[in-house]
Amino acid sequence: MEIPVMVGAGLVVIGVGMGIGRIGGSAMDAIARQPEAFGKIQTAMLIAAALIEGIGFAALFAV
Amino acid sequence: MKRKSTILINAKKSVALLAILFVGFAFANNKEDAKEGDLKTEIKEYIAHHLLDSYDFSLFSYTNAQGEHVYIGAPLPIILWDNGLKLFSSSKFHHGETVAAVDGNHYALYHNKIYKTDAAGTINYDESHHPTNVKPLDFSITKSVVSMMLVFAIMFFLFKSLAASYAKNGGIAAGAGRFFEPIVLYIRDDIALPNIGEKKHKKYMSFLLTIFFFIWFLNILGLTPLGVNVTGNIAVTFGLALLTFLITNLTGTKDYWLHIFDPLGSTMAWYAKVPLYIILIPIEVLGIFIKPFSLLIRLYANMQAGHIVLMSLIGLMFIFKSWLGSPLSFGLAFAISLIEVLVALLQAYIFTMLSALYFGFAAVEHEHH
Repeated sequence: MEIPVMVGAGLVVIGVGMGIGRIGGSAMDAIARQPEAFGKIQTAMLIAAALIEGIGFAALFAV
Repeated sequence: MKRKSTILINAKKSVALLAILFVGFAFANNKEDAKEGDLKTEIKEYIAHHLLDSYDFSLFSYTNAQGEHVYIGAPLPIILWDNGLKLFSSSKFHHGETVAAVDGNHYALYHNKIYKTDAAGTINYDESHHPTNVKPLDFSITKSVVSMMLVFAIMFFLFKSLAASYAKNGGIAAGAGRFFEPIVLYIRDDIALPNIGEKKHKKYMSFLLTIFFFIWFLNILGLTPLGVNVTGNIAVTFGLALLTFLITNLTGTKDYWLHIFDPLGSTMAWYAKVPLYIILIPIEVLGIFIKPFSLLIRLYANMQAGHIVLMSLIGLMFIFKSWLGSPLSFGLAFAISLIEVLVALLQAYIFTMLSALYFGFAAVEHEHH
């Protein structure tokens, strides 16, 4: 019972890591294209990252 | 060619470093094989204890030459409602070691909760090992409550004096105001204005500023050696998220509620909307509750995780007990502490930002044609 739960939580964390990594990477690309929009892009990036992070924590606390 | 050789040297260096580290760990493991199990559980218990709220404000404790535990800190008042108000000092518990006798009733601490017991402090259990003793209503001034009161006082006097200094200097910031003015302006110009809008942002500004500085100061206080973990307490974050929830829904405009209960509006005939709304409306209604719930989980989990990581890294020092382990543990703990300073600000920012976003949803007013 315990081990599948842990594996599931690990998978969720991998997914969350990939998701936040993609958000960060895309934000970097966007900033490189339009450096003047840095503030807006950063805000949007943080919101999206925070929303995904919440799921990751929910999975970790389920263990 | 030159580049290749530097990489080679770097690789050699890192291999040597790794080898030294492994040797260090191996030595450490040989020394403390028998006692290690006890030490690990002890560290785990210590971390678990730190994460909980407590009834006294003890900074640290040590065992003296007579083998007694000596606690450095102050007891806090305990307020119970148990057929009448019971008010006594937490020093009566002696850190959970004795039973407190108050007006003929006896109370004992068990797993950081107060239970009503007999004079010997017996705790009765049911089959699943949960105590069956009566739990009186607890309004105690705990460590978290004291820390929050401290932050209330700091914020009240700080911002009151800042306001006074503005009046005195003719609208120009002075002293600490030079540090706080840009932050206040940032919250107005980059959080409230874009999310809520020019017309209504003023109504929400006081809440956004309060919640930002409250969370930030509490997070920073959690990193000091005072050892408080207030924002890593789910009851506290629940209270904060509840405020956001109430303000969002109590200030919701007609358009906000229409968006939840009639999102498609007049774009479709009513008989086409019915099958869609069977799915859509429950999701939208659930969304009202999920938004503040994610707020409370995010803040709680981030701060809790930060404290666990930090204390585990410090705990490594006691497990390795070697000349290599201690600097490594210190270095990692130092680096994580610096990251935690950033996280403290970031979490306060995200809580404020998302609250502003939700207020923005609640304050929408579509232009009707």
